[in-house]
Amino acid sequence: MPNILVFAETRGGALRKVAFETVSAARALVDANGGGQVHALCAVPSGGAGLAEQLGKHGADVVLTAENPGFANYAREAVAATVAARAKSGGYRAVLVSFSAQGRDLAPRLAAKLDAPVAADVTEIRIAGDSVVVKHPVYANKVIATLQLDGPLVVLSTRPGAFPVTETPRTATVESLAPASDPSAEKVVVKEMQEGGKGKIDLGEAPVIVAGGRGLKAPENFKLVEDLAAAFGNAAVGATRAVTDEGWRPHSDQIGQTGRQVSPQLYVAVGISGAIQHLAGMRSSKTIVAINKDKEAPIFKVADYGIVGDVLEVVPALTQAVREAKASG
Amino acid sequence: MKIAVCLKRTPDSESRFRIAGSGSAIDETGLKFDIDDFASYAVEVALQINEKQAPGETVAFAVGPDAVQETLRKAMSMGVDRAVQLKTDAPTYDGLAIAKALAAELKAGGFDLVFFGKHAFDTSGGIVGTATAELLGVACVTSASKLEIASGKGTARRELEGVAEIVEFSLPAVVTIDEGIARPRYPSLKGIMAAKKKPLETKPAQLGQPRVTVKGMSLPPDRPPGRIVGEGVAAVPELVRLLRSEAKVL
Repeated sequence: MPNILVFAETRGGALRKVAFETVSAARALVDANGGGQVHALCAVPSGGAGLAEQLGKHGADVVLTAENPGFANYAREAVAATVAARAKSGGYRAVLVSFSAQGRDLAPRLAAKLDAPVAADVTEIRIAGDSVVVKHPVYANKVIATLQLDGPLVVLSTRPGAFPVTETPRTATVESLAPASDPSAEKVVVKEMQEGGKGKIDLGEAPVIVAGGRGLKAPENFKLVEDLAAAFGNAAVGATRAVTDEGWRPHSDQIGQTGRQVSPQLYVAVGISGAIQHLAGMRSSKTIVAINKDKEAPIFKVADYGIVGDVLEVVPALTQAVREAKASG
Repeated sequence: MKIAVCLKRTPDSESRFRIAGSGSAIDETGLKFDIDDFASYAVEVALQINEKQAPGETVAFAVGPDAVQETLRKAMSMGVDRAVQLKTDAPTYDGLAIAKALAAELKAGGFDLVFFGKHAFDTSGGIVGTATAELLGVACVTSASKLEIASGKGTARRELEGVAEIVEFSLPAVVTIDEGIARPRYPSLKGIMAAKKKPLETKPAQLGQPRVTVKGMSLPPDRPPGRIVGEGVAAVPELVRLLRSEAKVL
């Protein structure tokens, strides 16, 4: 089959996990359709060639690097122009981006620039003759739509966590690319980036998420959630909407229908009853643990493992046990 | 300011959904529809800007069958001045086609700002707003959770993945609105009465041949039923054992 162009997402010049997911998804798609090349495009301030090894490991044949100091942040217009210009150069069946903050912004821009049909937040992709068929969860993951896209070139954004990161190592060829427009002359100018906290693992990238709800009773008890996350070592802290609306945690921590939608390897719900809006944001997690005092709470219907009990007692005990388990290797 | 707000009509998100007999749509029987939540925040933000910076005009747009007229009336009952329906036979998943129809309509409208919800509950794709901005060739800020407009310029805050971004942009612009920005007002009785007399124009939408079509809809497989490991602190060792040996996540 023809080639696939992937936008390999970076932040601060470093590749993000979603970049490996989209490259892996593209590799699997071309391999399932008689072979083809995966071209991964990164827009970085400098050092693009240094990313080739990592991208090659996950199946990129060609790494296209657009370097400009203006790419220190996601420069929406220049990135869209550069990816679209490359996509127009021909030979591509699809452009893949992640349905991340950047990709949500980028995919519709590409669709408009390329006049290409677009589907967002897809969880499966296959080629069916002249069409591309995708699955796209709708109605807060309560319904799965199968969509058919008809056009020689399509734009797709892949749901973070839905496509496994695979290793199909090869030596990628590096090709440098001129930005198609000047990233320092954007209509929208980034004035400031406020970091959520140094060393903090993003909810979309964390293999483990420990999330707290109103069952914690008071904002200071969130310390228990943070301690448990710290015991896992690779965990991010999330919260329900009730908790972020109360101001116990920032809105950026909210998991649910109107917040982040996550699918980590392990999701630990602490004092969360499991309102349907919350479940919409986490029910695709691989393993779910729930700790709640109400044994009738809906969270126990989706939890693989539940403990009925007072979170203020159970969570510190679990933190200690996880610490010991980690220490014993 | 002249502000356009593009709305979507979506069912109540707490509904239980069933698949229609056709197999390619949801069964709408018994579902309650309203302005999508994010679009209702967009309406509120537009109204607040025009209340502060009078004189202005706020115009609501919706693409869809006649059912969207009810949604547009609701926006007018909140305070929107007039509304335009771009009429189609049925809803479509071709976001770019919708954006083209909106852009064609908005182009000559002379709007300083065009608002959308950051996405709509039903498809959560967030395609139409940004694609419309591209087609109009204007600045586009997605997922604004704070917005200030002053002397022909805008400043917005965007909550990204673990980072907040503050951006500046010039008008005209398309802005898609995140939650937390404003609490949408309830229509007053006076507003509801007034909305009945406000102009609602209907024009055919130029969607062309859709290139994204629904082949089917299905319900996701249920998670296997959960199990209670035990009660209280005493259950912790067994939980840790299961996480290690069964789930292999520890």
